[in-house]
Amino acid sequence: MITPHFPILQVVLPLIAAPVMVLARRGTLAWLLAVAVSWAGLYISLALLAQVADGGVISYAIGNWPPPWGIEYRIDRVNAFLLVLVSLIAAVVVVYSRASIGAEVPREQQYLFYAMYALCLAGLLGIAATGDAFNLFVFLEISSLSTYVLIAMGRDRRALMASYQYLIMGTIGATFYVIGVGLLYLMTGTLNMADMAARLQDVTEVRPVLAALAFITVGVCLKLALFPLHVWLPNAYAYAPSAVTAFLAATATKVSVYVLLRFYFSVFGASAVFAALPMGKILLLLSLAAMFIASAIAIFQADLKRLFAYSSVAQIGYITLGISFDSVTGLTAGIVHLFNHALTKGALFMLLGCIALRLGGVRFDNIRGIARVMPVTSFGIVLGGLSLIGVPATVGFVSKWYLVLAALESGQWWIALAIVLSSLLAVIYVWRFVEAAYFREPDPGIVKLKEAPLEMLVPAWLMIAGCIYFGLDASLTVDGASQAAATLLQGIR
Amino acid sequence: MNPGATLLLALAVPLAGAVLIAAAHRAPNLRETITLVTAGLLFLLVASLTPLVLAGERPEAALLEMMPGLSLKFKVEPLGMLFGLIASGLWIVNSLYSIGYMRANGEKHQTRFYVCFAGALASAVGIAFAGNLLTLFVFYEALTLITYPLVTHAGTEEAKRSGRVYLGLLVGTSIAFLLVAIIWTWQVSGTLDFERGGILHGKVSDSMLGVLLALYIFGIGKAAVMPVHRWLPAAMVAPTPVSALLHAVAVVKAGVFAVVKVVVYIFGVEEISGLWSVDWLPFISGFTIIVASIVALRADNLKRRLAYSTVSQLSYVVLAAALLTPLSVIGAALHIAAHALGKITLFFAAGAIYTAAHKTEVSQLAGIGRRMPWTMGAFAVGALSMIGLPPAAGFISKWYILQGAMATGQWDAVFVIVASTLLNAGYFLPIVYRAFFVAPPVGEQHAHGEAPWSMVAALTLTALGTITLFFFPEVPLALARQLAGV
Repeated sequence: MITPHFPILQVVLPLIAAPVMVLARRGTLAWLLAVAVSWAGLYISLALLAQVADGGVISYAIGNWPPPWGIEYRIDRVNAFLLVLVSLIAAVVVVYSRASIGAEVPREQQYLFYAMYALCLAGLLGIAATGDAFNLFVFLEISSLSTYVLIAMGRDRRALMASYQYLIMGTIGATFYVIGVGLLYLMTGTLNMADMAARLQDVTEVRPVLAALAFITVGVCLKLALFPLHVWLPNAYAYAPSAVTAFLAATATKVSVYVLLRFYFSVFGASAVFAALPMGKILLLLSLAAMFIASAIAIFQADLKRLFAYSSVAQIGYITLGISFDSVTGLTAGIVHLFNHALTKGALFMLLGCIALRLGGVRFDNIRGIARVMPVTSFGIVLGGLSLIGVPATVGFVSKWYLVLAALESGQWWIALAIVLSSLLAVIYVWRFVEAAYFREPDPGIVKLKEAPLEMLVPAWLMIAGCIYFGLDASLTVDGASQAAATLLQGIR
Repeated sequence: MNPGATLLLALAVPLAGAVLIAAAHRAPNLRETITLVTAGLLFLLVASLTPLVLAGERPEAALLEMMPGLSLKFKVEPLGMLFGLIASGLWIVNSLYSIGYMRANGEKHQTRFYVCFAGALASAVGIAFAGNLLTLFVFYEALTLITYPLVTHAGTEEAKRSGRVYLGLLVGTSIAFLLVAIIWTWQVSGTLDFERGGILHGKVSDSMLGVLLALYIFGIGKAAVMPVHRWLPAAMVAPTPVSALLHAVAVVKAGVFAVVKVVVYIFGVEEISGLWSVDWLPFISGFTIIVASIVALRADNLKRRLAYSTVSQLSYVVLAAALLTPLSVIGAALHIAAHALGKITLFFAAGAIYTAAHKTEVSQLAGIGRRMPWTMGAFAVGALSMIGLPPAAGFISKWYILQGAMATGQWDAVFVIVASTLLNAGYFLPIVYRAFFVAPPVGEQHAHGEAPWSMVAALTLTALGTITLFFFPEVPLALARQLAGV
């Protein structure tokens, strides 16, 4: 009876939970509610994925207003995969956040934190679930506004500045997006994406459509932090509370990548974007720049959170690189890396949060010899780092395998070489941590510290275990990704 | 027990051993017993597969599907059998030696040392029994990472620096070249299985074959073909048992083993024989043999001299494979075995000298043979094997390589082998001569005898093994013949 309403429940549950938390004004209660909606969301997303696994599409009309007049939620294999990813990360991070947020956010603000967290989750899930371009904008704003608050809650005062910076950039991005959508509405008279795609075929005046494509591309790329539109990301990640960084790094940019995919392949159509326009080349060049420049910058960071933030910019480059090939293998690589990188970075930022809990920060000069007192945390970071490098038996290896394969398939062997060379930069920055944590003598202040509490270690290690498991047996993720890729490449139906 | 299960058990035993060793960290005697029992068990399991392989069977097992169409799977073929036997057999002797060395030198973090060692052996067995290139690559990388804590064991600045070189070169080459080569192979041939006659034939142009071979040869950094050999001397900062088993046997042999496997089962010996695009390989390996020998000649540090000797000897195997004749392939396989026994003996001796006399330089060794006759006797046997003189195992493998070179008229290879034999003699015989026939410097009052008995026992055993292999080479020879298909 309730199953047909899963698409809307997926989004509405956390959306309703947020005001309830604000009204209740209790930190613990808010947390329990957040756990409940996150795990319910995970269940719903898995059920949705199961429903569309055979290639079907769920169309849900909000308020029974049939599309294209009403708002349609449209679930296919692409966004079902993403819903699972976001819900999974949310469910794990929310368990972790209790101890972490307990230490980093003042007690009287904690209920607000969970309310914002639920709002952000609702926004991200909404972006993924909706089939309506303007509704997508609404959710984009919901998730962005809540994210600004979440970042500003960091205990370092620079968090305010980071949040402000992201506010400016994020608003520009959202505005660009909505201008693009407005232009499309002008040309097609509809906001439903499937309908829009069908009507775009008959549009003869291409110039406004091109402008729409440009606005949407730039707007969305700002949100997904494609180099060189990434400047907001390192500060935001570095100064946000640890749990927020883990959650955002694993979900927010990934959802934005999805928006890009959706517009390129399901609205404009792959042939319009890649064959008629040089978008493939532009994406390729920017991706390569991200992979090399951001990795190189990461090497020189003094703070581990910033280091891994720059590494995120580089890893996003791998995802967009996969997209730029416009082939099944390339898209599979991009989508599977979207999942794999979310797992890896989520785990890494959670483990950094463990160190931050004990040390108050994760600067390189603070963490000397940390492996002696926090061996479980440190070893987890090493494993996560190996996944970033792409060592076999981790998820990073699977991503790299498909990326290189896609590059070779496209006949551009030099891109294959660039992919592996850039991953060697990851060796350098990961090994900076290894040498600091394992080879330095710990300061006297560090020796007294204890390992992080289990309620933080277990969720983090769950993600690390995922990194290993899906690295050893990637059939599930690769099949999911390749089906999503096939669905995208079928284009507009 | 069915052979497939034995095979998987052989992989599981060292891993289980590693866990038990870690659990027994408070009881050193129990911990070392576990190491020895694990090593013994592993050898028995591996050895129990040998009659089957000799009878022509190829035990197989698949573990899981890593990516659609690509499984982690294992298959024992003759070369892998030989490598597995050597690695697991020498682990027993090396464990005996390690116990003496680590205790006598009061090394720290001994539990970590034994755990990593067991992990390294598990990786080596995984490489030996790998059923496709993907599996080989997985365990190849695992071996690099698990040996990193062993190389940097001392934890000093020097260890850290050497660790960087070690990791940078091995991981760097394997990711930048080997991985690309493997994915490329997968893309053009649709398989990564090891098959007689290769899987690339007729699927890529001749010039591309040459490029692919280069990616493989320089991607397999563990084979230490110049210029990617620098990690091996750097690794000498590790405790001597590590240098002995890992950087004379398991790790470096994994490298040349992979090279031979790629040449035989991915490219196919006859398929690329005489091809213009692959004929650079004998030159590059010959160059490595000569140049590394010259560097060894000039090295005063004993372990450094041994390391460069290893670089040189590894390229014998690469050269033998590159000659692309059945006889030389036999020589390549035999040399993996012969060099392993000889070089581990030499490293054992170097470690014994360090433990008993605290000497590390060749110039300090005058007269040491009188105080440490067993050690230096074993050293002499190992040196003979390196030079390739009877009655040591090195003679047989060199014989086959030379025959292969002469039979196909590759005279430049013959020249390289003869020249390097002279160089080998030039840097090993003076050590033996000085140890036995030069009087120790006056005033040296440091009284010492042999190293602890377990170390002496270990090096005596491997020296005897070197001689035994000369007189009874049947099993390795039979395996090598199967590999070469003659």
